[in-house]
Amino acid sequence: MEPYFTERFGHPLFIYSQGKEANRTVEEASEYIKRSVGSERGELTFTSGGTEANDIAIRGSVKANRENGDHIITSEVETPTVLRIFEQLENKGFEVDYLNVDDEGFVDLDLLKKLLSDETLLVSVGQVCGEIGTIQPLVEIGEIIEKESPDTIFHTNGVPSYGKVPLDMEEINADLVTLSAHKIHGPKGVGALVKDESVELDPINYGYLSLSEIRPGTENVPGIVGFRKAAELSCESFESNVEHMRNLRDLLIEGIESNISDVVIHGPRGEYRSPDNVSYSFEGIEGESILMHLDMRGISVATGSACATRKLEPSHVLRAIGVDPVTAHGAIRFTLSRMNTEEEVNYTLDVLPEVVERLRDMSPMMKRGVT
Amino acid sequence: MSEEGDKKYTERGFLDYSDKVIELFKNPKNVGEIEDADVTVREGDPTCGDTIQLSLKFSNGKIEDVKFLSFGCAANIATGSVLTEMIKGKSVEEARKITMQDVEEEVGGLPPVKKHCAVLATKALEKALDKALEAFFEQEKRSS
Repeated sequence: MEPYFTERFGHPLFIYSQGKEANRTVEEASEYIKRSVGSERGELTFTSGGTEANDIAIRGSVKANRENGDHIITSEVETPTVLRIFEQLENKGFEVDYLNVDDEGFVDLDLLKKLLSDETLLVSVGQVCGEIGTIQPLVEIGEIIEKESPDTIFHTNGVPSYGKVPLDMEEINADLVTLSAHKIHGPKGVGALVKDESVELDPINYGYLSLSEIRPGTENVPGIVGFRKAAELSCESFESNVEHMRNLRDLLIEGIESNISDVVIHGPRGEYRSPDNVSYSFEGIEGESILMHLDMRGISVATGSACATRKLEPSHVLRAIGVDPVTAHGAIRFTLSRMNTEEEVNYTLDVLPEVVERLRDMSPMMKRGVT
Repeated sequence: MSEEGDKKYTERGFLDYSDKVIELFKNPKNVGEIEDADVTVREGDPTCGDTIQLSLKFSNGKIEDVKFLSFGCAANIATGSVLTEMIKGKSVEEARKITMQDVEEEVGGLPPVKKHCAVLATKALEKALDKALEAFFEQEKRSS
């Protein structure tokens, strides 16, 4: 990336030779990333990240296709960005349905079949639920849409799944895929939207200067270079990366279940669980406190506890899969990456039981007490 | 007001705890239960789900010993710790004077999203003191 901040400073739209070089660099990155999600004839637009790509995918497609209907469908376990966008569209008069999920987070396919009609503009279901690791049945969803309402646009948020679960647009019949660089260890501030050539998208922001017709603004060339490199590193040893993550995941799962009592796993077990995701509630104690103790010992995790959010609401995903609020309060999510080691997992397994015990000793929930 | 103690909380730093809160989180005082407590109460906060349990033991009308248990975040633990320290040795009337602002000041300030933890601590205290008064009243009745 470095040279692109200095000597290779050309602008991809300009025709002097440095510009042409920048243009070529962006185009090659675009081709590579596009092909990595199984798209041959699609178009890729670089954005400022996954959030913006999701925004363009959803709002841009409904904007361009509004005359075909105003019904849109998503799921209860989507990332907050997607839910926020759908909420906004609902306020603007779109008819929105949220597919419910079972207790492992899988979307209700029968409900999808029932809801689809020729008024349905768009279905947006992310490939993996980032909080609890559920890998959604995208092939089946693509088939259902093909069969019941082939004109409906199918969007999938690939941000949590890219690099961990194979994503092939042709195979799943997806029209739009959202990607993000930092989730595959690329730089923050860059993402992409891959769109099938048949899909009409309107820009949601206006401006000039860019290679794309749907997203204005000078491309983040150094970011794109970093994105491409990250994609290469991820794709070139995809199988072994995934196996590595899966082994660490299973080691952590096994360790937690054998050494700590009263734990509840969230999300499915086995092959429909994302290889990088470990999500548990530790009964009787609270997530933010667990997180802070782990942080003090060099372990970074996320929590579904209400305490650790701005709005003091517990995780919508845990609520959707039917976890009771007290249990949800003690939820922690660990994510493994291809760079984590067995040593790090073992260290976590040394630290975690001690943290849990310490907090449980302080907790009224594990004792009889009096109200 | 010292430079370090004067922490300005912003939206962006929404979970930015003061050093004192972190310290209390790491080493809270008076954690536990009193076996032969005079009063034990639990108070929960439905907003975020935190719960605090207070046990008090009185002697000669003053709070001789107090312990707390916490199901909650760092702010919950920190406010529990300072509250128990603040009421030791006080009578019911003296303890009742403690406000959430006192608790918040004692922990070195709380981010806006965590202020309700100080409220929870004082609510639990109030409940405990009410119960204590009831218990004393009963005792007096029985002995008269």
